Amino acid sequence: MFFKRTLPLTICFVMGVLFAAQYFVPHPWSEDLLTLSQEWTIVVGAFAAFLGYYSIVRVHAIKVKRHIPGWGFSVVALASFAVMFVLGCLAQGASIDPASGKQTVFGWVYSNMMVPLQGTMFSILAFFIASAAFRAFRARTFEAALLLLAAVVVMFGRVPLGEYIWKCIFPGGPGGGGINMANITDWVMSFPNMAGQRGIAFGIVLGGLAMSLRIIFGIEKTYLGGGKE
Amino acid sequence: MHNSRTGGCGAAISTCVIVVLCAAVFMAAFLAGTMSYAQTAQPPSAAALTPPAEFAVEDAPSDSGRCFFLTWKKMPYDGPGVEYVVYMSSQGGNGPFEECDRFESTSRFKADVPWPFWAWNKTKEYHWTEVELQEAAATGKREKFRTPKTEQRWFKVAATDGTQTVETSVASAVAGPNWLNQVKLNNLLFMALFASVVLFFIAKAKKKDLFLRKIPGLSAVDEALGRATEMGKPIFFLTGRLGVSSISTIAATTILGEVAKKVAKYDTQLRVPHCDPIVLGLCQEVTKQAYLTAGRPDAYKEDSNYFITSDQFAYTAAVDGQMLRERPAACFYMGYYYAEALLLAEAGAGVGAIQIAGSDADTQLPFFVTVCDYTLIGEELYAASAYLSREPVLLGSLRGQDIGKIVIMIVLLLGVLLGTIWVLFDLQRTTGIPYTRLLEPFRAF
Repeated sequence: MFFKRTLPLTICFVMGVLFAAQYFVPHPWSEDLLTLSQEWTIVVGAFAAFLGYYSIVRVHAIKVKRHIPGWGFSVVALASFAVMFVLGCLAQGASIDPASGKQTVFGWVYSNMMVPLQGTMFSILAFFIASAAFRAFRARTFEAALLLLAAVVVMFGRVPLGEYIWKCIFPGGPGGGGINMANITDWVMSFPNMAGQRGIAFGIVLGGLAMSLRIIFGIEKTYLGGGKE
Repeated sequence: MHNSRTGGCGAAISTCVIVVLCAAVFMAAFLAGTMSYAQTAQPPSAAALTPPAEFAVEDAPSDSGRCFFLTWKKMPYDGPGVEYVVYMSSQGGNGPFEECDRFESTSRFKADVPWPFWAWNKTKEYHWTEVELQEAAATGKREKFRTPKTEQRWFKVAATDGTQTVETSVASAVAGPNWLNQVKLNNLLFMALFASVVLFFIAKAKKKDLFLRKIPGLSAVDEALGRATEMGKPIFFLTGRLGVSSISTIAATTILGEVAKKVAKYDTQLRVPHCDPIVLGLCQEVTKQAYLTAGRPDAYKEDSNYFITSDQFAYTAAVDGQMLRERPAACFYMGYYYAEALLLAEAGAGVGAIQIAGSDADTQLPFFVTVCDYTLIGEELYAASAYLSREPVLLGSLRGQDIGKIVIMIVLLLGVLLGTIWVLFDLQRTTGIPYTRLLEPFRAF
């Protein structure tokens, strides 16, 4: 119980109080403490990476061994892992060979396979946004109708087409040309939208602070595994 | 509000005490600090140059020990064409001195220091400039946790209009580090007050049950797990994109613990894909303990938590692919997310899973609200472990949060009221105090 509960909770309390105080202490030792902790985090993270690699290999190897449905994907994953591992070791992790200045095979694979794949994944977001917007903007309730109205106003205010349509409807502009779509959009974003965002932000900050206190004082112990002792 | 029925009197008293304390402390400091600010500046005159008066050098307060603050009185000859030149010596009062700064006499006053009124006397009656020991700082070779070297420097200031130059006498100071940043005192005070309130309600909660309003997203956890059990399909639980140092990730792991207990009871399959190896290790332990607590250690599978990659879109593609192949009955998205939020949630919606999201990423919340069946917005994510476990001490901290929110609401209302009065009655002109200075206690410096 000492190593499983008491020691981690004590470390958590001491470090929690120490780093909360660190924010208010400008002394160089305070800065040193922060730097040291960041260096330790990097070291721990580097060692923890092996845990991740072990997990990948283990999970996919089991899938291949047991011929679990979709095991073909696991073969591809393991093969990709092995190829990139070997290429990375040969290139010593560098995308550009420092001696010749040329791109390494490791760098080539990353630039010509990984980057386009990432781009493809990111580009799907545009289609998903469209489908999510369609779902959100169905004006079935009063709130949804308000959301739709605000969305239309903001969209038209942010695209040149919206400004063009506005000018077609109000050639001189309402209010002597002083009001345009961009102004209305800015108002929606700066006032109702910002007010809502800040309300959420207040809750997040207070909730985060209360959560931190619960962790520092050992009240919240679920993250150590289990709940009540 | 999490709690709305009980303890109304106690809550009101606590709120009033906090507001009154804050107001009293800051108003006292504010009035003391702004007395000199209200003094009116004297017009410049074309008098003969005299050495700058009341020249003083001090170690810069609230710093790491590399700065000096130099101050002297505003002189009658200050105006266009007159410059101040600052000289520094590291050898002694007799020099040699080197020029380290030069500026127009119409600039750099104590009022220009961007510090709040409780840490600095903002006045236009005194010039101010800071000198940082650049050359020593640039080497950056100091070993960690070595006692910083205190360094003495000698300074003098000359006023010049191009034809005549007058100098102050030499003054010196020793630069040393400080242990408290006075500029952040307001944050410290608010943090201490808020911590006290939270701890008070935690202590109180041990004696008395507190009411917690229903959070639909968390009430739906049982429904989601039940559906997965009936359909014989797995549950996906994601802990977000950030590492274990993020508070939202910790909150996600606490929810995972509670969900895993129920999963163990229902004997459902749990899938927890990770993008951070440290979080993977943490969640493996949390899940294992949850199964033990539920009395089903035999049902625990080591592979329920697994690492995919730390790359954002590779992780997203892998999780999306698994969702499409395994067609989970329920998906949980807890923690902090970036652009992958919608990509994940849309894939989950596509396979018809019940989706419960909880995030403090305000930019991604709209996507979760749109696509998921239930969304825990911001602080609800942090409240989830208390809600699911129903432990009184955890519930007590939620009451503390509510008091914090009440205080913020009162402060906002007071701020709006004061701002309106300040503008309506043009109090900035009469008092010489700009309205923005009233807001300094609530700013981060």
